Amino acid sequence: MLGYALRRVLSAIPIALIAVTVCFFILRLAPGGPFDGERALPPTVLANLRAHYNLDQPLINQYFIYIWRLLHGDLGPSMVIDGFNVSQLIRIGFPFTLTMALTAFVIATSIGLLAGMLAAVNQNKWPDYVLVLAVMLGVVVPNFLMAALLQLWFGVYLRWLPAGGWVNGSIWHLVLPVTVLAWPHAARISRLMRGSMIEVLGTNYVRTAKSKGLGQRLVLARHAIKPALLPVVSYLGPGLSYLLTGSLAVEQIFGLPGIGKYFVTAALNRDYGIVLGTTILYMFIILALNLLVDLLYAWLDPKVRYR
Amino acid sequence: MKLHSTLTAVAAAGAMALMMSTAASAVTLQMHNGGDPGSLDPHKVSGDWENRVVGDYIEGLVTEDTKADAIPGQAESWDISEDGTVYTFHLRDGIKWTDGTPVTADDFVFAFQRLMNPATASEYAYLQYPIKNAEAINSGEITDFSQLGVKAIDDKTVEITLEAATPYFLQALTHYTAYPVPKHLVEEYGDAWTNIDHIVANGPFKITEWLPGSYVHSVKNEDYYDAANVKIDEVYYHVLEDQAAALNRYRAGEFDILTDFPADQYQWIQDNLPGQAHVEPFLGVYYYVLNQEKPPLDNPSIREALSISVLRDVIGPDILGTGELPAYGWVPEGTANYEGETYLPEWSKLPYEERVAKAKELMAAAGYTPENPLTLQLRYNTNDNHQRIAVAIAAMWEPIGVKVELFNAETAVHYDALRAGDFNVGRAGWLLDYSDAANTLDLLKTGTQQGETMNWGNNYGRYSNPEFDKLMTDAAVELDLTKRAGLLHQAEKLAMDEFAAIPIYWYVSKNVVSPKITGFEDNAKDIHRTRWLTKAE
Repeated sequence: MLGYALRRVLSAIPIALIAVTVCFFILRLAPGGPFDGERALPPTVLANLRAHYNLDQPLINQYFIYIWRLLHGDLGPSMVIDGFNVSQLIRIGFPFTLTMALTAFVIATSIGLLAGMLAAVNQNKWPDYVLVLAVMLGVVVPNFLMAALLQLWFGVYLRWLPAGGWVNGSIWHLVLPVTVLAWPHAARISRLMRGSMIEVLGTNYVRTAKSKGLGQRLVLARHAIKPALLPVVSYLGPGLSYLLTGSLAVEQIFGLPGIGKYFVTAALNRDYGIVLGTTILYMFIILALNLLVDLLYAWLDPKVRYR
Repeated sequence: MKLHSTLTAVAAAGAMALMMSTAASAVTLQMHNGGDPGSLDPHKVSGDWENRVVGDYIEGLVTEDTKADAIPGQAESWDISEDGTVYTFHLRDGIKWTDGTPVTADDFVFAFQRLMNPATASEYAYLQYPIKNAEAINSGEITDFSQLGVKAIDDKTVEITLEAATPYFLQALTHYTAYPVPKHLVEEYGDAWTNIDHIVANGPFKITEWLPGSYVHSVKNEDYYDAANVKIDEVYYHVLEDQAAALNRYRAGEFDILTDFPADQYQWIQDNLPGQAHVEPFLGVYYYVLNQEKPPLDNPSIREALSISVLRDVIGPDILGTGELPAYGWVPEGTANYEGETYLPEWSKLPYEERVAKAKELMAAAGYTPENPLTLQLRYNTNDNHQRIAVAIAAMWEPIGVKVELFNAETAVHYDALRAGDFNVGRAGWLLDYSDAANTLDLLKTGTQQGETMNWGNNYGRYSNPEFDKLMTDAAVELDLTKRAGLLHQAEKLAMDEFAAIPIYWYVSKNVVSPKITGFEDNAKDIHRTRWLTKAE
């Protein structure tokens, strides 16, 4: 298993280099640049800015400058947010995004698994119908709409929770954003768990266990939960990636200091440094999560063997 | 030991209680500020959301009053030479940075030299080009910064020499490009002087915290010369670009001032938050540019047909819902140094049906009819309002024989295409940097030849008329403000009579202000410095 993990880590290096290269050149090929705003800058000012950020050099030189800096752990400057460089922005924003995503992940996974099991053992009874409704709401209502509705109900009308912001941030500031993030995720997990559990409960070995006189709780605990978790585990890696990368709307609407919104804003502003920096960050997260899920999968399913 | 622990605990509790009571009595302004500041350095910023923060913590030689007019700032007075080219500013006594270092004339000289230094790469350096040799230094033609027309006569006197008399120069000095920077810190830390550990202030507030993506926090500067009259103790400038979310947070009581709101919520705000919406004329024009480099828009008759068939009266009240006023001229009403009648063409007074009939005739004369329409691509940057306006105008043009292909793109791509001349009709807008008619009229000046290429700057439509250029040049050196206004009026009339572009509406500022706030006065520049505000708890 250790050898497999090492091989996977080493194979990620060329993948990362290719991804950075492709991203670098695609970004530069896109029309418009970081200084193409509403106002044309005088040529002298534009020339000064381009020289300041090495944009006056041939593209291939710019690429090697970037790679050289990257190898030295420098993600370069932001061309639009001048007060911080890319590494500083990531250091400030990413822990917040990670905290929010992990909180949502733990809550969503716990609720999703429990609700899925509950629905499976109560198939076509009222707990199942309630779950189906909650799942529908979670999946169908887009997160920006859910954010606005929760903000309106709990922040404006009831005034139970802060409607946004992070001034003197307390746990209460996280309740609405985490709910918005966790809900669709919990809905998907519960749907997966429900389907998988129903399938497992219909298998011969579960029927055999029941016919031996084992109670439902014991059947679930000993024979059903572990195999039923397999499809859910496959989803957890992409699910966490989704939570980390999909927090954009939530951060935007609630005015939170995460990194998610920088990615999109930077892409629109052609802020090459931030786009590349966040892409690299997310790429490593996705590669790491995929590896983690593969290892977890092997642990859960002895049929999976790695050479 | 036990007694010592108890005393420590009591002292800690007392200190905490004191801190809490101080915090409770502090007057905190919660300001919605839209975008994230790109920087806190006055030489590196470019947006109004940055101006709100920077203008509260640094003050220039002159500053703005509640109406955003120029008043004495760090300089208590000034003299202007008879020919209008030399300004001598006398600094106040006792002014200092928050680290205790005095603010001297040298800080201003150093700041202007840094602004013009090509290495600083300041986007808005050109706003101070009226200063002698500024442009030449900024372009690298002159490398000796001492040639810049800003000198320290002594510690308390700054002398600024201009290339030529510039009637709006005091207005230009209210802009953040003219703010001083602390020479001692910039020399020590370079651009990192605005890091939260080093930053100092000479204005009414000082920055204490900046959490990117969330807020900038500043507190009152007790060393400010007018601190006794500053009624707000601390300010949070909140980052929140989603206007609907910002309105929700205002309604939840989390913001005291909202600096923008969704236009379609205006009526709701009027009905439910009476008296709180401040929608006021703002110095800016929303317009369509017509590419006059290529046929058929080089034909003034076609430009005329396109312009007169736009029913501007419905755009502000009905399509946007915030009541923006229809624009027929190029200089917003209320612009300084521009006394005289607002440009209003005769055709604007005709019934709309007659205008459409005339437009049809003009198009038919050029060979275009609804059966054989002229196809034009109309480009706009992605935004609901731009789209609504584009759809409406496309519908207005259809009956006169114009088929419109709508094309939207993100801002960077849109302006890249406009600058490259890759368009037929394009949406654009201009908010004045300072209150002077030349600031908008300059948009229509012929570009400048640079080597092989022509640099058209912000004149996306490439309108060119030597007579217009001459009027602008004459106005630039005219010292008599009445005569200068006359020349600018002539220039505006000339360009608008030739349909150089299609002005559509005058911008409005859109603030929502809590009834707790007093001292917020509407003004055409939409600048409201916190030092003038008061908040009732």
